[in-house]
Amino acid sequence: MNVIRAVGRLWLIPVTLVVWEIATRAAEQPFFPPPSATLARMGEMWLSGPATHLLLTEQALDDFGPSLARLFAGWALAAVIGVAAGIAIGCSSRLSGYLDPLIHLGRAVPPPLLVPFFLALLKLSTPAQLTTIVFGIIWPILLNTIDGTRTVDRQHLETARIFGFSTVERLTRVIIPAAMPKIFAGLRLALSLALILLIIAEILAGSGGLGYRLLTAQRTYLYTDMWGCLVVLGLLGYLLNSAFLLMERRVLAWHRNARQTT
Amino acid sequence: MLEITDLVHSYGSHRVLDGVSIRAAEGELVCVVGPSGCGKSTLLRSVAGLIRPTGGRVLIDGKPVDRIPDNLAVVFQDYSRSLYPWMTAANNVALPLRRRGLDRQRRREAAMAALDQVGLADAAEKYPWEMSGGMQQRVSIARALAYRPSLLLMDEPFGSVDAQTREDLEDLVLRVCAHHGMTTLLITHDIDESVYVGDRVVVLTRSPARVAADLPVGLGESRDQIATRQLDAFVRLRAEVGRLVRGGSSTSNVLEKH
Repeated sequence: MNVIRAVGRLWLIPVTLVVWEIATRAAEQPFFPPPSATLARMGEMWLSGPATHLLLTEQALDDFGPSLARLFAGWALAAVIGVAAGIAIGCSSRLSGYLDPLIHLGRAVPPPLLVPFFLALLKLSTPAQLTTIVFGIIWPILLNTIDGTRTVDRQHLETARIFGFSTVERLTRVIIPAAMPKIFAGLRLALSLALILLIIAEILAGSGGLGYRLLTAQRTYLYTDMWGCLVVLGLLGYLLNSAFLLMERRVLAWHRNARQTT
Repeated sequence: MLEITDLVHSYGSHRVLDGVSIRAAEGELVCVVGPSGCGKSTLLRSVAGLIRPTGGRVLIDGKPVDRIPDNLAVVFQDYSRSLYPWMTAANNVALPLRRRGLDRQRRREAAMAALDQVGLADAAEKYPWEMSGGMQQRVSIARALAYRPSLLLMDEPFGSVDAQTREDLEDLVLRVCAHHGMTTLLITHDIDESVYVGDRVVVLTRSPARVAADLPVGLGESRDQIATRQLDAFVRLRAEVGRLVRGGSSTSNVLEKH
């Protein structure tokens, strides 16, 4: 029943593709290649390699390898820094008094503007790209962690005090688990932002990767290649979000269930 | 064992406790009853060391409470916010025992024993949100028991459960407190309950709270939900506490009129 319903909701996708196919074929515009041509070109570019490499071509490794590495490295770095700093700031009203204005100022700066600055500062493109990603995505993680840490239920904390939990126990057994739902919300938002910033960073400070491929395809009038990049980026974002939701559902099972029953 | 002397507390200019003195002997179960909002919870929080009262003092075993005593456990009314929803029942009960210097195995054993005492041996691996309200409150009673406090504080512990569960929990508390010889201070607004559960009933006045009366219950050790509540002594005492809670005249006047 559920399967039928799920399939039922998906009918719009093939219909859109068919309409798009017909429209682009009728229009015969070089900027809008038909989806079939885009898909064929994607297969040719990335999935026509030897079976020993899971059909991945050399170009696929060149395009996806560095991009995914930057994406995950940037996200992980932002997660570690954001969560650690967020807990520290959330627990200390003195620290947050000093840092709150700075955080809100930092958050307001559009991160792409800082790419030239980071490039000048760090010379190499990869550190500059990573810094851009981290700077761009750390805010939702940081702010959500601060908020989650600050809004732990008073009675949870009083129970910890009554039973004499040590500082470490209070942090690891009470405050961090209680803040987890908000931390995860921040991490998920940051993941989708990371993809956007990755492409911006690769376009602005490029040397390989999907963003760079997109830029060169556009500059050399290879519009089918460009569309291939756009499609694959959309798919990548969707996959990342789904994978994260799956993980969140496992880690935060208690939260979902506790909310449903009360 | 517990000596509360002239306890005064104000929130700003609003006085909540106005010189409350209560004593509890070793192993005694004292019920504090009073009208809603009269400052009962403030009293409990002062005894627990969660707030510093404006005046007066609290001694536990002769030692002043200036921070949270390490031989004290609390059962709160709102079990859903007191138990940690990210831990199983057994882990909720076992966590405070780290402080007692027990290793993992011992903590586990103590937690299982306590859960067994409250009739939840089979629910050790359940999460709080998989349990009914009564079961959750049993877990938080088990957590207090496993901790082996010399003083147990209960803040309206049966205020959020249905009538049947409430009677079961009252009997459970009577049984385990007697079994462990724990000194217990139970705060409630339920007149019936205070007489049924207590060795003594302390009645507080409307805010700012003062002690209106301190009455021995004298119903003996064993109590039964049906039989005890039918006893003349029970009915008389309940009526008296009821009058006092409503701010009625003192006992002696009422008796003289008859």
